[in-house]
Amino acid sequence: MDFESYDVLVVGGGLAGIRAAIAAVEANPRVKVGMVSKVYPMRSHTVSAEGGAAAALAPGDSYETHAFDTIKGSDYLADQDVVEAFVREAPVEIIQMEHWGCPWSRNPDGTIAVRPFGGMTTWRTCYAADKTGFHMLHTVFQTSLKYPQITRHDEAFVTKLLVEDSRCVGVVALDIRTGRFDAITAKSVILATGGLGRVYAFTTNGNICTGDGMALAYRAGAGLRDMEMVQFHPTGLPFTGILITEAVRGEGGYLLNNQGERFLKRYVPNKMELGPRDIISRAMVTEFEEGRGFEGPHGKYMHLDVRHLGEEMIDRKLPFMRELGREFVGIDIVKDPIPVRPVQHYMMGGVDADISGATPILGLYAAGECANVGLNGGNRLGSNSLPECLVFGAAAGRAAAHYSASAKPVTANPVDAMLWDEARRVEAAYLEKKGGDERIGVIREEMQKEMDAGAGVFRTRDGLSRLARNLGGLRERFEKVKIEDSSRTFNTEIMAALELDFMLEVASAITFSALAREESRGAHARLDFPERDDKKFLKHTLAFHTNALAPRLEYSDVTITNFQPQARTY
Amino acid sequence: MPDKKVTIQATRFDPDRDEKPRLQSYEIPFSDESMVVLDALNYIKSHVDGSLSYRWSCRMGICGSCGMMVNGTPKLTCNAFLRDYWPRPVVVEPLNNFPLIRDLVIDMDDFMHKLKSIKPWIIRKQEIPLGGGEHRQTNDQIDEFRQFSECINCMLCYAACPVYGLNNEFLGPAATALARRYNLDSRDQGLTQRLPVIADTEGVWECSFVGECSVVCPKGVDPAKAIQQTKLDTTMRFVLPFGTRE
Repeated sequence: MDFESYDVLVVGGGLAGIRAAIAAVEANPRVKVGMVSKVYPMRSHTVSAEGGAAAALAPGDSYETHAFDTIKGSDYLADQDVVEAFVREAPVEIIQMEHWGCPWSRNPDGTIAVRPFGGMTTWRTCYAADKTGFHMLHTVFQTSLKYPQITRHDEAFVTKLLVEDSRCVGVVALDIRTGRFDAITAKSVILATGGLGRVYAFTTNGNICTGDGMALAYRAGAGLRDMEMVQFHPTGLPFTGILITEAVRGEGGYLLNNQGERFLKRYVPNKMELGPRDIISRAMVTEFEEGRGFEGPHGKYMHLDVRHLGEEMIDRKLPFMRELGREFVGIDIVKDPIPVRPVQHYMMGGVDADISGATPILGLYAAGECANVGLNGGNRLGSNSLPECLVFGAAAGRAAAHYSASAKPVTANPVDAMLWDEARRVEAAYLEKKGGDERIGVIREEMQKEMDAGAGVFRTRDGLSRLARNLGGLRERFEKVKIEDSSRTFNTEIMAALELDFMLEVASAITFSALAREESRGAHARLDFPERDDKKFLKHTLAFHTNALAPRLEYSDVTITNFQPQARTY
Repeated sequence: MPDKKVTIQATRFDPDRDEKPRLQSYEIPFSDESMVVLDALNYIKSHVDGSLSYRWSCRMGICGSCGMMVNGTPKLTCNAFLRDYWPRPVVVEPLNNFPLIRDLVIDMDDFMHKLKSIKPWIIRKQEIPLGGGEHRQTNDQIDEFRQFSECINCMLCYAACPVYGLNNEFLGPAATALARRYNLDSRDQGLTQRLPVIADTEGVWECSFVGECSVVCPKGVDPAKAIQQTKLDTTMRFVLPFGTRE
């Protein structure tokens, strides 16, 4: 069997993955880079990021305040050495994106403009109107086309990491168009597969956000860190979950309850609409429970009101929001308030990786949302994730190129055998299996409902225990799944089955990590343990895969440098 | 109305089995006024027929995956509302003018090659170092190319283009708009490198200015304008070889 072989193989074609691929080539122009993505790269979910990318660029801003805002925002679960390195690198990366053509919105003097954002104490969020992720992704993807060292494998789905003697030497990938399994070997592999929002029913995340990279690393023996830390964004459109950017509040929008009241005065009086996402989402749910939400056909909601900002400002700074309102809700945000409610948005947790993206598995790196490098802790600040993709994508690309320069070549024999085993496993489980009667779509919908109910904005031991039991039941039913599509060509039902398999893995890691963290910190709010407990839980959770439903949990220390934990009030 | 139904007729084609595409009819619950064509396809795939294949992801009109012909018009199915078609059946077919891979999935490799051919990246005679900071660029300068940078590569314009339908060597609307996006960017100096591709006989000159590309664009991009401007540009290059910017 022949297979492609690379020095560096990137899995995922979003902002972190492409940034990693370019960084690897720029670190060493002789490096051969592969990039495998289950969708064409410009479909990656980076495209949906709206509000902006934070970096201490503006006059009067400082690394220290960006670091402190991030650490306080994380509820002190961020690793402070990682945050300090991140804030120094972020401005460089924003300039690099500018040189590559990103159409950043500008100040009158032609410098890059910044806007206010939640949890940030000063204006530091660079933006390209309200399509920042879209512009960054297309800029970096189009730029990547000029590097002949980068070879893409578009629409190929990685089903397994090849690990030989505790060293990652590539992947097995299903070519979606042909149904063929390929071994793609590499001296190093960078996971940049994004988030897992689709384990929830109500999410801003696209259909492709199924936690693939996290599940791949988890099954290969890497730890998943802080998986209980799931971000709920305060402002999603009811029914669709479409994101209404935090920049709406950054630019001066109000959140109003059914009394017409800016209710955040009771929760984050000093920051109001510019409070952090975790606290505002909890405030909204609390208001709903106390009867101060609007009732709609798709559940309770609040009003996000920008009418006082005026049409000229809205068209200049929030044109996509006006378009989304018009196209998807049938309102004009210049004249009508926007209905919003909290929605799953981002995963703080992810593959345990160090400051350069290295995981505990030799040759395996991770960057972007699928990784946990220790930047976001218990709650990510809005506009830190785009620079996270750039800074840590680049770091992982450089580290992988450097490691690959001296790594041993990959040998063919064990790879052949591993490819054969993996292809047989998938075919036996899905293509050749007879007699199953469970529908993938039904199991997926039930998992999503269970996750919304048990691992949402507020959690309890009872709710999480019930969720764990129900996930066990869904896993058993998944073993009896029925695949109706027997074609080799573009079989999206097999894809859906493989994705659901991965989602059930990461859902269980979330649930058991959340059950064990008996405190409230950041986005993890336990009604039965409402206080933060630094004595017991100023720790990272590490979940390791086992043959049972429940992972094995370990804890590791949080790195504190300059900022001692204190009460988190806004 | 709990019992409201909608009929979806979707193209089915498996190259391993079928000689040619056919339409398959599904009647599904039209349970919510907010449902779009993509929701209907997802309902079919989850609850009726798991073998139906199509691409989609963001369902908010920005990733560009879910373009299909809806009752004969190229549309993003994530914002084609069922209520606008009901009670008539909704016919969902793969985008016109592309080779068909499977069901509603088209082969867009041709565009990916065209995209690369127009060198869609900033080209400069001399890079300024990162330490030198950003290029100064005013919002007015961005407005010069802004609309062309909004292309989501959804392929609706190619599906609507009668010229591309006859001759797929034609560079076509989106690729020309993106070339224009870079040529108009005050930071870019790559016009002369792009000209051989866009001014080629199969480049902009094939366009017969039907303008359908601009009509179907879901993002307000005007590729027809990009093509006409490029024609003017390339003509001016012959008449006035020393433009103000390379």
